[in-house]
Formats: sequence, structure tokens, C-alpha cells
Amino acid sequence: MADIRLEGVGHSYDGGRTWALKPMTWTWRSSRAYALLGPSGCGKTTLLNIISGLLSPTVGRIWFDDREVTAVPTAGRNIAQVFQFPVLYEEMSVYDNLAFPLRNRKYPKAEIDQRVRRVSQLLGLDDHLRRRSRRLDPGRQQIVSLGRGLVRSEVAAVLLDEPLTVVDPALKWTLRSKLKEIHRDTGHTLIYVTHDQTEALTFADEVVVLNEGAIVQAGEPTELFLSPAHEFVGHFIGSPGMNVVPAEIADGVVRVAETDVGRAVGELEPGPVHIGVRPEFARLGGEGTSPGLPVQVMEVDRMGAYNLVHVKAGDHPVIAKTEADARFAPGTVEFLHLAPDRTFLFRDSVRCGSIAPLDAGEPLDSIAPLDGKGAP
Amino acid sequence: MTEQSVTVAGSAVGGETVTATAPQDGTPDTRVSVKPKNNRAWFLVLPVVVSVAFTAVIPLMTVVNFSVQDIFSPDDRIFVGLEWFRSVSRDPEIRAAFVRTLLFSAQVLLLEIPLGVALAVAMPRRGIWVSVALVLVALPLLIPWNVVGTIWQIFARADIGLGGWTINNVLGIDFNYTLDSTDAWITVLIMDVWHWTPLVALLAYAGLRSIPDPYFQAAQIDGASAWATFRHIQLPRLRGVLTIAILLRFMDSFMIYTEPFVVTGGGPGNATSFLSILLSKIAVGQFDLGPAGAFSLLYFLVVQIVSYVFFTVLTRAGR
Repeated sequence: MADIRLEGVGHSYDGGRTWALKPMTWTWRSSRAYALLGPSGCGKTTLLNIISGLLSPTVGRIWFDDREVTAVPTAGRNIAQVFQFPVLYEEMSVYDNLAFPLRNRKYPKAEIDQRVRRVSQLLGLDDHLRRRSRRLDPGRQQIVSLGRGLVRSEVAAVLLDEPLTVVDPALKWTLRSKLKEIHRDTGHTLIYVTHDQTEALTFADEVVVLNEGAIVQAGEPTELFLSPAHEFVGHFIGSPGMNVVPAEIADGVVRVAETDVGRAVGELEPGPVHIGVRPEFARLGGEGTSPGLPVQVMEVDRMGAYNLVHVKAGDHPVIAKTEADARFAPGTVEFLHLAPDRTFLFRDSVRCGSIAPLDAGEPLDSIAPLDGKGAP
Repeated sequence: MTEQSVTVAGSAVGGETVTATAPQDGTPDTRVSVKPKNNRAWFLVLPVVVSVAFTAVIPLMTVVNFSVQDIFSPDDRIFVGLEWFRSVSRDPEIRAAFVRTLLFSAQVLLLEIPLGVALAVAMPRRGIWVSVALVLVALPLLIPWNVVGTIWQIFARADIGLGGWTINNVLGIDFNYTLDSTDAWITVLIMDVWHWTPLVALLAYAGLRSIPDPYFQAAQIDGASAWATFRHIQLPRLRGVLTIAILLRFMDSFMIYTEPFVVTGGGPGNATSFLSILLSKIAVGQFDLGPAGAFSLLYFLVVQIVSYVFFTVLTRAGR
């Protein structure tokens, strides 16, 4: 096990014209479970293949602790990788599949047997060892693929490239808890690639969000939710994603259309800015004591446990999450209140500040206090 | 409201562990479809039935008709039962040709299948050389059979042929396919390998191309050697196309006619006189329609049986 350090690593498939992965410096710390989250085509698999050595980066160097592995071929890196669909040696039994990486490395027979049995016990494959691997269901096949990685000693990291895509939903939960269990038992570094936020948030100690070949934010799931550092993170995590409303800063005050909505906090030049607020922190109500943004209610989606109210602030659609029993009628005008501490300002998609109430001393009756754990 | 929204997010998270269920073993699907039944679908098959009957079944029945009669002239014929089958299957010349043809097919398969697979593995997987390799490999397949025969007839000649001359004068080996049976056999065999290995190579190449990249990547991660990758990833996934290649090459080589007919005419002596050459001699040359009919049917039967055996063995091997 080792820290995996990427030093200025970037990759281009077309000789440097465009970067599939922009040069980045980043360390995957030993024994942690990471989720690498991002939309299709954002460079997730490229990043994974660079770590495992299937791909040589165009620029940069890769270190496992203090050993440089940039030029080391895949077989020499001790990386386990699980692909989107199960990759098996189909004509072999499960036992032979698990033993294959060890036989290739000329381990003694007794040791192979011992390791295979330990891994099969860990993965619950004991009853299937003698079966032809291709006769297993896809979920078990994927477990066997994983086992082939775990059977080697000193696995530096286990890379999982959307491993549950082909598995049917009922089995997904089982497999994911199995993965967590394995992570707990073995302490391997796990990097789990996915484009599914629920998968990422439930699985990982730390979520790394990748967009257009660059890491835009990394942190614990709560942190990404409550405090997005980039508009993309706000959009991508949470359902529905963060609302973005164009605004203007003048004299330290943020205004949307003609309405002042709050004081800008942060070193900010006057000029256009984006306000980002999650539906959870956008509240509708009467004019109240805090300056509300007049909005028109367009539509209400009843979700059962809560309602999603679609409103329009000027021309910009905003979604607010309200109590299930809240009554808002389409066509009426309401006032939108933005929760301070949870409303952020973005410039060029990057967070540059937040919003504070216009008058700091004014009590904010219409805005319920955060429930404590969310406060920074 | 904040509290409510946060618990919503939380319950979505918690929901996953709650809904986790035991892995479901596949239960057999017991639905039975209930649809009205009638026989109108037969009308759709009718055109095929008619054309197959006209082009295959009726001609074949004509051969069956010939095979049980002794025909002296269109008006003068007698029914002889299975007499022709008996005499054909005991004929020493036909038996010798049968063994010869079987041996030829076996050698063709033993040479062309491994060679074709090796060629396919060696061909580039991507890049500009893919099309160059494909065209080069496919070239022999584009040449008509009798032209292939003519090319080799000249190429292998000891006096004016490039190949034959080189073997005699550069390598110093006495080689003359018009006089020596072994030389004639080797010439026909190499000609067939040259002509048809590309077919095996193209089929195998298509099979190899269909293997997704992650299989090769997994093999790299597992530290598999090039041989282990071939043995455990490529070869198992070639089973389907190789079954087709073996069947095609067996049937075709077992029925080979044009090329040896052009190159050696079946000689010297009977050295390259395969079943088809003998059959056409009996049927067209001597106009013995009775024995030729019986011969054809037995020939047909052998091809069917051997192909069936190959197919069954190769498909079973994969289970």
C-alpha cells in the first residue's frame, strides 16, 4: 500500500491539441476509499488507466510513495483494476481465474492455493470455486474479476471503473456493501469511478469531482453538498442541482434585476456574478423582514416527502424545495429568500464569495436557522 | 425546512442499505404465451420451398433416380437396386481416391488453420497498416480458381516457372511436379494453402477484433505473457469463427476440383486424382450415370457426416 502521487500528470490523445486530462498534481492517500465522479467523457477512465499504467501520460510523473513508476509497465505496478463489465478467462474455473495472476508471476503452488482460498472466503466465492466462471451471474462474475486483483500481495490500489454498470439494481446494493466491507477488512486504497452521484456519495470517504479533464473539487460528501467550490459541483451533486441566477455586484451589494438580495462577502470587484443556491436553501414566503426576491410561481412538483416549486425570477428559472404541505399556487407572486452561509457567488464558474444579509443586525425570522450540523 | 430537506437527502442515503437484498438467483420464466394459431405462415415459406425444390431437391432426386438404374439409352434402362452403391464402395480406385482426398483435407486443415490464426494475430489491430494488411491478405481470394491453377501450373514448372526454377537451380533440389508424385502433391497442397489461408486469416482477424480492449488490459494487469494472452483470451474467443473456418475449409478441400485439374490433371499417375476429379471422369468422361449417381450420393453423405462431427465436437468443446 502506498500513496499514489501524480505530479503534473496530463494526457492528450491528439498530440497536445486538446487535453483529455489537464495536467494536474494530486495525491491519492493510502487506505482511503475515493470516488471519482464526473460525467461521461470527462477523463475519469483516462486518469484510471494512467494510474494502472495501461496508458502513459503525455506529461508528468507518477509516484507510488517514493518510487517513481511513470515508466513501469502495468504488470510491475501491483494495481488491481475492475472494468465496466466482468472480464474473465471464461473457459477457466473460478479457482483458476483467481490463481491466474499468481501463476503468471510464478508463485509456489502451496502459496497460490492459500491465497486463492483466503480471497474466495473474503468474497464469499467458496461454493463456486469449481464452476466455470462464465456460468456465474454477472454480479458474481464481477466479484471474481475483483478477486483476481485482490489475490496478489501488496496491491497498491484497487481501481474500479464503473463496476456496477452491468449488474442489476437488486444486486448493486449487495455488491457495494461487499466492497465497503472489503475496504474495511483489507485497507486497500480504493478508487471508484462513477457518474452516479448516489453511488459516489454513499461509497466514498472522499469524493473527487472531475469535469472536462480537471479536478474541480474534492472533499467529503457533505462538504460537496453544502459548500460547492464550483458551479459544476453544484449542478452535478444534488437532485435537483444548484440554482444559478445571474446577478450584479455594485457597491458591495448583490442585486438581481432591480432587487438587492444581500451583501457580497469576499474580495469582489463590481460587475456581473452568478448566485448559486441549492433548492434546499432557497425559501419561498411572504415579503418578510429580509429582502425577498419577487418571483412568479410556475409549477409545483409533488414528490411525496417534499414539494419542488418551480419559480421564475425575472427570466431565470429557480427551483425551491418546500415542505410537502406548503401551498403555493401557480401564477401567484411569492418572495424568494436565500439562506446566508449556503448561498454562494461564482465568477467564471469558480466560487468567489458568499452572500450575507443586507443588514447584519436584522433578525431573519422568515429563514429557519440551519440545523446545526450544516453550519461551517 | 432546512431540517426537512437535509433529512430527505439523508434518507436517500440510508435507503440504500435498507433496501439491500440478498442476491437473487435466476428463477425460470414460466410465462406461457397465448396467441391464436393458424397455418398461414407457411405461405411466407412457400417461395423458398419452391425455389429450393426446383434448384436442389429435384436435381438431387434425379441423381438418386440414376443411382438405382442401369441406363443404356433414354429408352433402355433397368432397375438395379443398390448394385451401384455396392460396386462403387468396393471399387479400389475410388477407395484410393477417398483416402487420398481425406489425407489432403487433413493436411489442409492442419496447415491452414494454425497459419491463418498466426497471420491474424500478427496483423495490426489499428492504424493505417490495417487496410494495407487486409488488402494484401485478401488478394489470393479475389483470383478465380482456374486462374489460381494456371498461375501455379506455370510458377511451379522446373523449366520456366519462377518457383520451380528457383527450387531446382538455386536450392539445388530436384523438383518436377509433372514427373514426381510427391512433388505434385506438395505443389497442389501449397497452392491450396496459398489460396485459402487468407480466408481463415480474415475470419480469425474479425474474431480477434471483436474482443473488447479491457480483456487485453486485464491480461496486462494479471501479468499474462503473450502466449498466455493468446491461449486464455484470444483462442477461446475464436472458437465460433474457427468452427466456421474448419467447416468451410474441410468441405471445400474435400471437394477440390478446379485447381488440381488445371495444374496436374490428377497425375502423375493417380497421385493427385481426388474424388471430384474421379467423379467427373466417370460422370462426364465415361457417361456412366448409374455409378456416378451412387458415387455422388456417397460423396455427399461423407461430407455431411464429417461436417456434422466437426460441428458437434467443436460446439461441445466450448460448453
